[in-house]
Amino acid sequence: MADLKLTKIVKAYGDVEVLHGIDLDIKRGEFIVFVGPSGCGKSTLLRTIAGLERITGGTMEIDGRVVNDIPPSERGIAMVFQTYALYPHMTVYDNMAFGMRLAKKSKQEIDERVKSAASILQLEPYLNRLPKALSGGQRQRVAIGRAICRDPKVFLFDEPLSNLDAALRVATRIEIAKLNESMPDTTMIYVTHDQIEAMTLADRIVVLRDGYVEQVGPPMELYHRPANLFVAQFIGSPAMNIMESVVTAASSSEVAVDVEGGGKAVVPIAGAPSLKGHPVKLGVRPEDLRIAGEGEQTIVSGKLDIAEALGEVTLLYVNVEGHEEPILAKLSGYVDIERGSEIHLTADAGDLHLFDGDGQSMLVEAERKQAA
Amino acid sequence: MNPALQGLLTIIVGVGGCVGYFYFSNQLLDRVIFPARGPNAGVNINRANQVRPWLFLFPAIFALGLYLAYPVVETLRLSLTDRVAGGGYDWVGLANYTQMFNEPKFWEAMRNNMLWLIVVPAAATAFGLLAAQLTDRIAWGNVAKSLIFMPMAISFVGASVIWKLVYDSRPAGQDQIGVLNAVWMAFEPGLWSTIVLRILPALLIVGFAAAVAYGAWLLAKPIIERDDRGPGMLAAGLRGAVALLFVWLIWESVSTLPGLLTSELPYGEPQNWLTISFWNNFFLMVVLIWIQTGFAMVILSAALRGIPEETVEAAIIDGAGPFDLFFRIKVPQIMGTILVVWTTITILVLKIFDIVFAMTNGQWETQVLANYMYDKLFRANDWGVGSAGAMVIMLLVTPILVWNVYNARKEMR
Ligand SMILES: Nc1ncnc2c1ncn2[C@@H]1O[C@H](COP(=O)(O)OP(=O)(O)O)[C@@H](O)[C@H]1O
Ligand SMILES: [Mg+2]
Repeated sequence: MADLKLTKIVKAYGDVEVLHGIDLDIKRGEFIVFVGPSGCGKSTLLRTIAGLERITGGTMEIDGRVVNDIPPSERGIAMVFQTYALYPHMTVYDNMAFGMRLAKKSKQEIDERVKSAASILQLEPYLNRLPKALSGGQRQRVAIGRAICRDPKVFLFDEPLSNLDAALRVATRIEIAKLNESMPDTTMIYVTHDQIEAMTLADRIVVLRDGYVEQVGPPMELYHRPANLFVAQFIGSPAMNIMESVVTAASSSEVAVDVEGGGKAVVPIAGAPSLKGHPVKLGVRPEDLRIAGEGEQTIVSGKLDIAEALGEVTLLYVNVEGHEEPILAKLSGYVDIERGSEIHLTADAGDLHLFDGDGQSMLVEAERKQAA
Repeated sequence: MNPALQGLLTIIVGVGGCVGYFYFSNQLLDRVIFPARGPNAGVNINRANQVRPWLFLFPAIFALGLYLAYPVVETLRLSLTDRVAGGGYDWVGLANYTQMFNEPKFWEAMRNNMLWLIVVPAAATAFGLLAAQLTDRIAWGNVAKSLIFMPMAISFVGASVIWKLVYDSRPAGQDQIGVLNAVWMAFEPGLWSTIVLRILPALLIVGFAAAVAYGAWLLAKPIIERDDRGPGMLAAGLRGAVALLFVWLIWESVSTLPGLLTSELPYGEPQNWLTISFWNNFFLMVVLIWIQTGFAMVILSAALRGIPEETVEAAIIDGAGPFDLFFRIKVPQIMGTILVVWTTITILVLKIFDIVFAMTNGQWETQVLANYMYDKLFRANDWGVGSAGAMVIMLLVTPILVWNVYNARKEMR
């Protein structure tokens, strides 16, 4: 039984539909990350799960119980907000105890739970302080502590790190990961627009765009087998290079393409439809590109526009004829190439991605068809 | 000349004079006194910038000094002197004050002022808060807000005229043009009037007493429990004092209950509401509450909107119902603003004059300090006692004013 089941969730504000029928099955104890560009509906989806927004259509089940009409406090959820949302007039202790006091828990139980949450989050010295006397990181920990005190089945985070500075963000991210490990039965749903947070924290990532789910899967699956152009370009930094290509030959196990700028590539895809003569898009990540050796087939070649040496890697921006933006290659170590010199790049066949005219990954489509 | 033209001219001259003062005095400072030229240019610029604030503040300081500080000193002097027949004056020390303290009318005014002080700010703030919360969430809230705010635009005297009509009475048998009497005449002995005139008010009083008791308990709790996170001695003493005041309020309100439930009511007789002593004070207070609720509502509604929506949502997730949300999340977050509104109205109430002057002129035991002062100064022509009254009002207002400014500045930070 899935702990959290979303079926055809639709959310509209007046005439404007912002979620268009979202289906999701989330298992107990999973760490799920919603990721997508700003305004794609991540927060809205999270808030419908919390019950802060009523859904316009579809059904939401938590532990097999339909919660469409259940108020937030009875859904067994807790939420950590981007702005912390601490009650400014209450001490840290009272902030954490507020929910339990409303639930008429005994003083002793409240005290135990607050103390234990405080010790997990190293908040004991601050229990009598008001939020305004805490640093940003401490406030965020109080917000997490308040959520822990609710002893929720589902933990919801809405961009919890975006108000912290870079160093704290990494530290708090690691703390959240540890928290997740220490609560194996608690489902966590985490919203972010930062793909590094998504990659490092998630058991499974849900990529959203304009109110649609683009792909759901473990981070490495999204990285190695993006289902479409959007996911391919959204996951991974710097973003995947996309090159216009034309299919020249297709067999039962391979597709051969001519790449703009004069290169060629052969992509292993079993059972792809024969799209001979059709335009397709070839995708290759900057870190998968390398300088072609003697006699190796070049995938893309052009003049070096600029090289940025960062120490552990060198970024090459290569101007390719007929391609507007430079192709980016990320080579390990320091590579000394003169500006303007001709460069030939290639990659392993297994690291190439082909997308059909609709932007769908031909590999993923073909596998889906075979499975069916 | 036509008075309208005269007014226009005054505005033009006034505004033009102000603009002219700032512009030309600034020019004078920068071009003539400390010119930013020559060998001393840098020093001159610094000097000019040090002088500039005082230059610009001068008109305001001068006007305040002339129209505010000087009259205070002069009033103090007058309160210590007596007019001598044939011109001149005598120093009489505190004689005017002793005379005043021996007059029952003065103590009546003090008592009434205290009543006003307790009832009007509390009622206006409470109604304003209620209106702010209720109108924020409904579609026609803005229309309702405008209606509630409108009395603010009416002068106190205008409002008094309106309410005098509400309280008006005609002999029995004639049509009552006063709304209150018209309603009153509709009552007859029976079940309904018992409910409306005895049980409902009794419930209101019990509710009020309960609310005050809750407040007193909240105030006294940290002292009783010896909460070590609690405030220091001074704050504890203050809390204790206010709590005792609350206990007194509870006693005062509950002790009216027997009378309310048993007294004979003069059904069918039109009442002269403004002559019913003690209660007529409340009929006057209603006017000011009616006016000030709009003010409280506008300020508090802005404060309510300033509350971060997330804290409310977090409380909803924590399981807070509408009452918990309002009293435990929203109200504490705008407590500073509530205090500012409360003290602002308190100051206004201490100075209350127009409404009493226009409606009863202090008769039937409705005297207040400002009207008492006016009586002495301009009708009895006793400048000594009149000025002493003015000093008492000032002494009462000052601490609240200081506190108000302190709170307002804290809010702005
Ligand atoms: N209360 C609202 N009324 C109308 N539109 C809204 C409301 N809240 C969000 N939206 C719209 O819904 C879309 C998704 O918003 P949101 O879920 O906040 O995006 P994000 O992915 O950045 O968290 C946006 O286009 C936003 O304009
Ligand atoms: Mg968002």
